[in-house]
Amino acid sequence: MDFGLTEEQQMVQDMAKRFAEDEIAPYIEEDEENHHYRREILTKMGELGLLGWSIPEEYGGNGMGWMEAVTALYEIAKVHTSWRLSISGNCWGPAFTINEYGTEEQKQKYIPGLVSGEFVGSFAITEANVGSDVGAMKTTAEDKGDHWLLNGSKMWISGGHTCDVGLVYAVTREGGGVKGLSCFVIDYRDIEGCERIPIHSKVGMWPAPTSELVFENCKIPKDALLGEEGKGFQICMWMLNNTRMGCATGSAALAAACGEGAAQYCNERIQFGQPIGKFQAIQHQIATLKLEEDAAKYLVYRAAWLKENKLPSQQATSIAKVYGCKAAVEGANLAMKIYGAYGYSTEYPCGRWLRDAKQFETLEGTSNIHMGIIGGIELGYQPNR
Amino acid sequence: MGNIVVAIKQVFDTEAVIAISGGKISDQGVKLVVNPFDEFAIEEALKIKEAGGADEVTIVSVGGEKAPEAIRTALAMGADKGIHVDISSLGVIDEFVAAEYLAKAIATVPYDLVLAGRIAIDDGSSQVAVRAAEVLGIPSVSSILKLDIAGSTATVSREIDGGTETIEIPIPALFTAQKGLNEPRLPSMMGIMKAKKKDLTVLTPADLGVDATAKSNVLEYSLPPARAAGKKLTGEAADTAAELAKLLREEAKVI
Repeated sequence: MDFGLTEEQQMVQDMAKRFAEDEIAPYIEEDEENHHYRREILTKMGELGLLGWSIPEEYGGNGMGWMEAVTALYEIAKVHTSWRLSISGNCWGPAFTINEYGTEEQKQKYIPGLVSGEFVGSFAITEANVGSDVGAMKTTAEDKGDHWLLNGSKMWISGGHTCDVGLVYAVTREGGGVKGLSCFVIDYRDIEGCERIPIHSKVGMWPAPTSELVFENCKIPKDALLGEEGKGFQICMWMLNNTRMGCATGSAALAAACGEGAAQYCNERIQFGQPIGKFQAIQHQIATLKLEEDAAKYLVYRAAWLKENKLPSQQATSIAKVYGCKAAVEGANLAMKIYGAYGYSTEYPCGRWLRDAKQFETLEGTSNIHMGIIGGIELGYQPNR
Repeated sequence: MGNIVVAIKQVFDTEAVIAISGGKISDQGVKLVVNPFDEFAIEEALKIKEAGGADEVTIVSVGGEKAPEAIRTALAMGADKGIHVDISSLGVIDEFVAAEYLAKAIATVPYDLVLAGRIAIDDGSSQVAVRAAEVLGIPSVSSILKLDIAGSTATVSREIDGGTETIEIPIPALFTAQKGLNEPRLPSMMGIMKAKKKDLTVLTPADLGVDATAKSNVLEYSLPPARAAGKKLTGEAADTAAELAKLLREEAKVI
């Protein structure tokens, strides 16, 4: 067992940290205030290979895998949670899934652009009335012989109105339940009948765009089908087992940001003639933050290691995701308490941490769904994939 | 023009906490990085190469056993190969000795241009690169902010008191880079992967046949004194104001 980073992983960590500090940190306040998605950050991520994890080099992959990916994502998310979404939005969501299920033509057409940052990517599962119960989705794709006709709407789609290409899950066999779903690769630049509506009412994650997609007799080409017809649910679960690592890593990193911020504040803030860190009550809060930070981080690394070694990782991924959420919410909550009145001020990051932390409990499987997966696998009710 | 050699040094991270133990600066738990000024030199070399002005960029570093990490970072940025002069067996060396080794190591490869940072942020001597130029018998200009090469002539400019100085100089020559010369790139993931396969030669002092003993000797390292507590003046406002003015003039000597 080895808890250290290799020399390359150390370089990845250093580079991602510097990237986040140099290219993301200077814009946090401005972009939070304006709810602005700064696309050029994605372009730079692509140029530096931060979107090409576990992708073959022939399609522009960076030659690195899960351990390096979570190491880099952790550093980025620690600086600004919103930017953790791009790795799932471009790489683990569409690119990695197309690489697994796509035809050679689909791979060549979409993966290089998603990996280089030329395209913004997305994936669309959720609908207004369909969250955890994926099999109950209502959006349909009707086989019209020479094309598919999409009808319905998708809700809470990350990057929905800013993306160029994305995956859309829809019903191709009505009444077929989970066996009636299929997955499509959509080139949004090249279709009609899709309205993309930005959602501005989110509590947090302001610089990360979220959208509603409305498909009305939207024609998509016959070859937009990804994998086999009727295999959409299987593809969706395979994809989520990967993209959920974005949530797990992002939330663990957010917990770390809260812990590091709070510790620094404790050493600077003087009350009763000494830094507040000298008080036992505060020390216990800092210790709690550290416990959560470390537990969340190493659960992420374990899940990544299982994936890298192609071992069953679903339960470990759910554990990392649930624990990361808990660590992030508790961390943000404690940090705000420790920062006191300044924590409640928008001049300090505590408010952003708390707002961003809450997303993780819902996104890509609520904590309840993940507890179900963890328990179900433990009890032998479902396989660990 | 053929080859550019960039001399780099591995130093403590700028955020490192300095501690002294047993009369030496402790490197326990300290993160090591490429000297930030050397990054400008690396970037400039890569830019020249990418613009078709050079065939190969070689990184040379005189340093201890961890120096290859710094060299590999430069290789990940895009340099072609590295040479590590491993001086871990030598103990403490001074700028004279370092310059002798650096010059000999540079001379193991063909070069048309040698670049380095203008100062290493650890000891801050600003000597080694220019002394190496002297050993190599080539001209040097320090702290450059602009570099243009045309044929066998380099035109460089640097900031001087109240203006800019532009200098024309024949190459091969050595230049040290000032902050502002360029914006160093970050190594990409692909660059990090490629760096693993690039050539990194390790030379020992014996390989280079340098006969040099230190001309200076460090007697002691000491940390700056802890900041003294502030002085609080109490009493009537008029009296404390007068006292403050007096202290600022006589003790702090700022007015």
